[in-house]
Amino acid sequence: MKYEDFNDNETLELFKQTGGNLFFTTVDAIVNWGRSNSVWPLTFATACCGIEMMAAGASRHDFARFGIEVYRASPRQADVIVVAGTIVNKMAPVLKRLYDQMSEPKYVIAMGACAISGGPFYYNSYHVIKGVENVIPVDVYIPGCPPRPEALLYGVMQLQRKIQTETLRNPRKQPDTFTETDIMNTDGSAKLKNV
Amino acid sequence: MEDLIIDNNTIQEEEYIINMGPQHPSTHGVLRFKVSLKGETVLNVQPHCGYIHRGIEKMCERLTYPQIIHLTDRMDYLSAHINNEAVCLLVENALQIEVPERVKYVRTILSELTRLASHQLWWCAFGMDLGALTTYFYGLRDREPILDIFEETTGARLLQSYNTPGGLMNDIHPNFIKRVKDYIVYFRKKLPEYDELLTGNVILQERTNDIGFLTLEDAISYGVTGPSGRASGFACDVRKHHPYSAYDKVDFKEILYTKGDTFHRYKARVEEMWESLKIIEQLIDNIPDGDFTVKMKPIIRLPEGEYYQRVEAARGEFGVYILSRGEKYPYRAKFRSPNFSNLSAINLLSAGHKIADLVAISGSLDLVIPDIDR
Repeated sequence: MKYEDFNDNETLELFKQTGGNLFFTTVDAIVNWGRSNSVWPLTFATACCGIEMMAAGASRHDFARFGIEVYRASPRQADVIVVAGTIVNKMAPVLKRLYDQMSEPKYVIAMGACAISGGPFYYNSYHVIKGVENVIPVDVYIPGCPPRPEALLYGVMQLQRKIQTETLRNPRKQPDTFTETDIMNTDGSAKLKNV
Repeated sequence: MEDLIIDNNTIQEEEYIINMGPQHPSTHGVLRFKVSLKGETVLNVQPHCGYIHRGIEKMCERLTYPQIIHLTDRMDYLSAHINNEAVCLLVENALQIEVPERVKYVRTILSELTRLASHQLWWCAFGMDLGALTTYFYGLRDREPILDIFEETTGARLLQSYNTPGGLMNDIHPNFIKRVKDYIVYFRKKLPEYDELLTGNVILQERTNDIGFLTLEDAISYGVTGPSGRASGFACDVRKHHPYSAYDKVDFKEILYTKGDTFHRYKARVEEMWESLKIIEQLIDNIPDGDFTVKMKPIIRLPEGEYYQRVEAARGEFGVYILSRGEKYPYRAKFRSPNFSNLSAINLLSAGHKIADLVAISGSLDLVIPDIDR
């Protein structure tokens, strides 16, 4: 896709404003080229969006074209966690632990309405996390219920563009995340501030 | 040297408990099994539910009947259309509305297409569980044209919400009949590939034959329905025994086996794909003309009482129970989900087998986790 065809180019330009000398920018370009073209996702799907994620990986849509092909079953080998589906209170500590087990640099894509805000389960509910950003920091949001595989491809490409703006001089700062005690009671049940 | 010789009598054999899930690629979602092992042999499997409990039944108490349809999509998302149909049939039967013949035909065709898509996805996931990645690409290759048909007519690929009480959202797309016919021709050619690729495969045979027996008595007492129950000889096809929509007008075979092991559960699903093609073929040429919906009142209130409607979803009998007090909301809604009953037999099926067989057995039950937890 051409640069003009993407949305959110203003935000991308903000990320790019880092400056740097010739040595670092050259090294950055090589490292980022490698990183952004071998993003390995974690096999993590809770609900309907997982089926569209499978469809995106299969014959017709084939997101191996973008280097995001090797589904890893272990979080220790994964670079990106695609949160595909509803996260409920019982699942939130597990998601947090999965995220913590991933090695840096790590990225999060919130796929679908449930992962973004709670989706159809937002109203009159006692069980759903109203947005996974309450638990883990999110890089890219993909709206839809469920999003089409093309939407997931677009989200992945946006993530790759974001990765390409990183620099070694000023490594990606992790936003403040909640610690495990913030979201979990001692008995393992979930405790969330804004639910 | 003598210190290194281990006396077998001093080693204490004890249960070893491992957790499988909630994040595990072959539980097909966020199901957690607590497995007690003795060596490699499974002693006991305890499923833990609730990792995707979304309180759909409770939410239904504050939703009107047309709104409930959209939540039933998200329970068993692979048989979304069939779940919608159950709620619509319940409301129509409670209000004693006769829907046009055209609606019945279109609903049946779409239900069978849904069943095909679901069994294809099951087939590729089952192959993947046993280490055959090629099935994943074959299965989803054949599934995409079905999703295209859905998208053209209903507007959505996966969660259609195409049914409304009293009919359908819209009339079918002009291309619908032609594309379905083309697809039948296409898939009749492709389906033998499934057998060539996987059914006769020696690894699949070794890993599924004589594994995970379910007797007829157990299938009935645990309420294991759908292809899993029919592989044990439990004649439980709702389409056949309590026909709804246009199923009384078509001729098809209820796939029944008596052995009840993992291989026959596999076989029952593959054979069901042929039957689904047969049903679609009989209906697609005879879709009658007429309205696609009947006029309903803007606010639907069911008369006071209890209602139950069952349909045959891709995984078994799906039932909707509604207790109405004459309001526009149900007083209580309960869903009888096939996966929950099928899951309850997992301990019975896998006790005594090796831990690797647990993957094959849970794969052959074709579990969809959000349908279990609701």
